[in-house]
Amino acid sequence: MATAADSATPKGEARTSKGLMGWIDERLPVSSFVHDHLTGYYAPKNFNFWYYFGSLALLVFVLQIFTGIFLTMHYKPGATTAFDSVEYIMREVEYGWLIRYLHSTGASAFFIVVYLHMSRAFLYGSYKRPRELLWLIGMLIYLALMAEAFMGYVLPWGNMSFWGAQVIVNLFGTIPVVGPGLVEWIRGDYGIADATLNRFFSFHVVAIPFALAMLIVLHLAALHTTGSNNPDGIEIKKKKDKNGIPLDGVPFHPYYTVKDIVAVGVFLTLFAIVVFFVPTLGGLFLEHANFEPANALSTPEHIAPVWYFTAFYAILRAVPDQRMGALLMLLAVVSFFFMPWLDRAKNNSMRYRGVLSKAHLGLFFITFLVLSYLGLQPAEGLYVLLARIFTALYFAYFLLLPFISKADGNGPVPERVTYHAH
Amino acid sequence: MRTKIVLLAATFVALKGLTASAAIGPPGEWQHWQAEVEINNLASRQRGARNFVAYCSGCHSVKYLRYSRLGTDLGIPTEQLEQFLLPPGAKASDYMATPMPKADAEAWFGTAPPDLSLITRSKGADYVYRFLKTFYVDPDKPSGVNNLALDSTAMPHVLSSLQGLQTAVLRNEEQPSEGGKPVTVRAWEKFQLDVPGTLTPAEYDKFVGDLVNFLQYAGEPVQVKRQALGIWVVLFLLVFTVLAYFLKREYWRDVR
Amino acid sequence: MSDHAAHPPADHLVGSLVADESKIDLDRRKYLTAATTAIGAVGVGFMLTPFVKSWLPSERARAAGAPAVVDVSKMEAGQMITADWRLQPIYIVRRTPEMLALLTKHDAELKDPSSTESVQPQYADNVPRSRRDDLLVLIGICTHLGCLPKQHFAPGDALLGADWPGGFFCPCHGSKFDLSGRVFKGSPASVNLVVPPYAFENKDTLVIGVDSVDSSKGVA
Repeated sequence: MATAADSATPKGEARTSKGLMGWIDERLPVSSFVHDHLTGYYAPKNFNFWYYFGSLALLVFVLQIFTGIFLTMHYKPGATTAFDSVEYIMREVEYGWLIRYLHSTGASAFFIVVYLHMSRAFLYGSYKRPRELLWLIGMLIYLALMAEAFMGYVLPWGNMSFWGAQVIVNLFGTIPVVGPGLVEWIRGDYGIADATLNRFFSFHVVAIPFALAMLIVLHLAALHTTGSNNPDGIEIKKKKDKNGIPLDGVPFHPYYTVKDIVAVGVFLTLFAIVVFFVPTLGGLFLEHANFEPANALSTPEHIAPVWYFTAFYAILRAVPDQRMGALLMLLAVVSFFFMPWLDRAKNNSMRYRGVLSKAHLGLFFITFLVLSYLGLQPAEGLYVLLARIFTALYFAYFLLLPFISKADGNGPVPERVTYHAH
Repeated sequence: MRTKIVLLAATFVALKGLTASAAIGPPGEWQHWQAEVEINNLASRQRGARNFVAYCSGCHSVKYLRYSRLGTDLGIPTEQLEQFLLPPGAKASDYMATPMPKADAEAWFGTAPPDLSLITRSKGADYVYRFLKTFYVDPDKPSGVNNLALDSTAMPHVLSSLQGLQTAVLRNEEQPSEGGKPVTVRAWEKFQLDVPGTLTPAEYDKFVGDLVNFLQYAGEPVQVKRQALGIWVVLFLLVFTVLAYFLKREYWRDVR
Repeated sequence: MSDHAAHPPADHLVGSLVADESKIDLDRRKYLTAATTAIGAVGVGFMLTPFVKSWLPSERARAAGAPAVVDVSKMEAGQMITADWRLQPIYIVRRTPEMLALLTKHDAELKDPSSTESVQPQYADNVPRSRRDDLLVLIGICTHLGCLPKQHFAPGDALLGADWPGGFFCPCHGSKFDLSGRVFKGSPASVNLVVPPYAFENKDTLVIGVDSVDSSKGVA
C-alpha cells in the first residue's frame, strides 16, 4: 500500500490521510463524509431545548429496531400463539420482560419525541422555504410511524389489539364503491383474523422499518442540503467569514455531538424510570384490556387507541356520520402537508411575529392536547360537545393561518442570531 | 319452573360475552374499596398461593405460571411445594393447570372459569378484591348468590364456608341526572351477615388480601426484581448524565 | 424575547469559535472525554447484557431439558434402547458378561483406552465407562461430525471383520466404537463417545441428566 502521500487526487484536493484511512478513502469516501456531515458541517450555535428531539428520535428508532429484532426471536405470530408467546417472553425468556417493556415504552417515547420535534418546526418556521421537502419527508416519516405503531399494537393479539384493528380497518369501508371489498382485501378474511395478524407482522417487522430507514436517510440528506433553521429563523449561511464559514455556525462535531449526549442522558434517565417503575403508565402505554386475549365476542369497556392517536380519534368520533368522520380524520393528518404554503409570513420564527400569531399557534397546541385527552374518554355527555368545538378549532388553525401569518409575520429580524454563552 | 330459571340465567350469562361492559350491582361505598397489595410481603403471597391452590385451582388455572417459578420467587422450598401446592402427578416445572374440563364448565356455568394469570393486570387488583368480598344472597340466581362487582356472575360463592353468607342492604338514594332533575336509585348501604363462616370478617378480609396479593404476583412475577434493578439503572444514568454535562460545558466554553 | 446582545469582534473567532488555542484547557478536555467515554462504554456493556442473556435457554427449554426418567427393568441382555434427553439420543445398553469380558482385550486398537481425553462423569471414569457394569449409558452422537452411530453388537460381524469385538459403527464416515463407547484407531472421530450425567433412583429406574437423585422431580 505504498502510495505517494499528499499527492493531488484527480479532484484537485490534497489527500490528507495516509495508511489505513487513506486506503479506505480511495475506495469509499469515509473521511470526506465525516468532514462534510460532522466536523465540517456548520449548525447554528443558538439551538435550544426544541432542537434535541431530532437526534433523540434517531436514538429511539435505533432502540426500537434493536429491541424489535430480539422480540422477533421469541414472538410467534398467529392467532393461537401470539398472546401466549408474549407471556412467554415476559416470564420465561431471560430478561424478556425488559426487552418487551423497552419496546412498548419506546413506541410511546417515539411519539412524544416526534411530536416535540414537529412542534419545533411550528415554533420556528422550519417547514418554510427552502425546507419544504424536508418537512414533507418528515410528514411521510410520521405517516409511516403511525402505520408501524398501529400494526405493532395488533401483534400481541390482546383484546384491544383485536378491537382496535377492527375499528381502524372498518374505516376503509367508508370509501365509496371500493370500501367493503377493500376491507376484506386488507383483512384477508371475513373478520380480523390470523391472516390479518400475519400480514401486519410482515409489515411491522420488515416492510415499514425498511421504508422508515430510507425516509430517515432522505430526511437527513435534505436537512444537510439546506442546513438547519434556528430559533431566530434567520439563515446563518448569509453571513460567512473569509473562509466561507458561517459566522453564527459551529461544527456539528464536537459541539452538538457533545451537547446531544447530555440530552440522551436525561432522556434515558426518564425512559428508565418508566420502564422499571411504571411500564404501563396506568394503562396509557400498555392498555389494561390488552392483558386479555383477543375475543371476537366481547368488546372492551371502551375502545380507545393508544394515546398518540387519540387526537385524530376524537376528530373521527366528533362527526356523527362514519364516512364524514373518517374523511375529516384523514384531512386532519393531511393538513400538515400544506404547512409550507399555508404559512405566508416573511419571517420564519414565532419570535419575530406578533401576538396574534403566537396566540394562534398556542391555541393550536392546546387544541391538539385537549383533543388527545378527549379521544381517551368515552364519547358521551359533555365530551361530545367539547370534541366538536375543538375539532372546529383544529381546522380553524389551518384555515386562518394564511391570513394571520401574512398580517403578522413581517416585522424586523436580527442580523445575527441571539446567543448567550453557556 | 326452576329449569326455566336456570336456562334463562344460562342464556343471559352466555350473552354476557356480547355486552360491551361488565355490569355492576347497586352502586355504593363498596366501589371505593381498595386492595392493599404489598409486593414485598412474601408471607402474604405464600399464604395466597396456598389458599389459591386449596380453594380456586379446582376451577381456575394460572396457566402462565410454573410451580417451580412460584417456589423460587416466593421462597417456598421444594418439599413444601410438593406437599402443599403440587397436585398429585404434577411436576414442579408444570404450569398451574386446573382439572376442570373447559367444555363441561361451559355447559355447567354458561361460561368457563377464566384463567387468572393476568386478571389483576386486565381488571385490576381492586376489582378482584371487591369481587371476592361482595357476594350476597340472591334467590333469583341459579347459584343462590349474586355479586356487586360482576352482576349475574356465573361463579358460585366458593368461599362462603369461610366468609359466611351476607345479604345486601339497599336503600333509596337521590342522584343527579342529565336532565337536571334528581332521580331515585337503589344504592348499596351495607352488608348484613346472615350465616357466619369459619372466619371473622377481619380474618376473611386478610384471607382475600393474601389471595389478591398472590394473584398480583402471578400477573407479573418479575415485578420486585424489575424495581430493584431499576434503582441501579437510574442511578447509573444520572451519574453518566452529570459527567456528560461537564464535558459539554467544557467544549461550549469555545463558543461565543 | 429578542435580545440584540453585542457580538464580540470577529477577528479572534473562527465562525463562532474561539480561535486562540491557549484559551482551551486541553488536559481537562481530554480527561472529561475519557471519563465520559469510559462510563458510556460501561453503560453500553450493561445495556447489551440482557440482550445477550436472552439467548440462553429459556425456562421452557430448561423445563423440557429436565432429567429424563427411564424404566430399564424390562431390558433383555444384549438389548439397546434409545431415550431422549435435552434433544439428544441416549443409548442404553444391557451388556452381557461376555461383552464385558471382551472390553479389556483390545486396548492396542483404541485411541484413548483410559478415557483421558473424553467427556464422562467421574463415576464413568473406568473401563466399562459406567456406574454399573451391566448398563452402558451414552450420548448417541458420533464425536466426529454428529451422526447417530448404529449398533453392531455381534462379534465377528460380516461388515466389520472377524476381529470385531462388538460395538457401534457410524454409517456417515465409518467411525467405530467399542461397547464402552471408546473410539477405535482408524476412525475419523478422535474422542470416545460422551457419557452423560446419570443416576439410579432404584434398581430399575435410570434418571439421565443428574449426578444424584435428591432433586429429580423435574425442577427446572
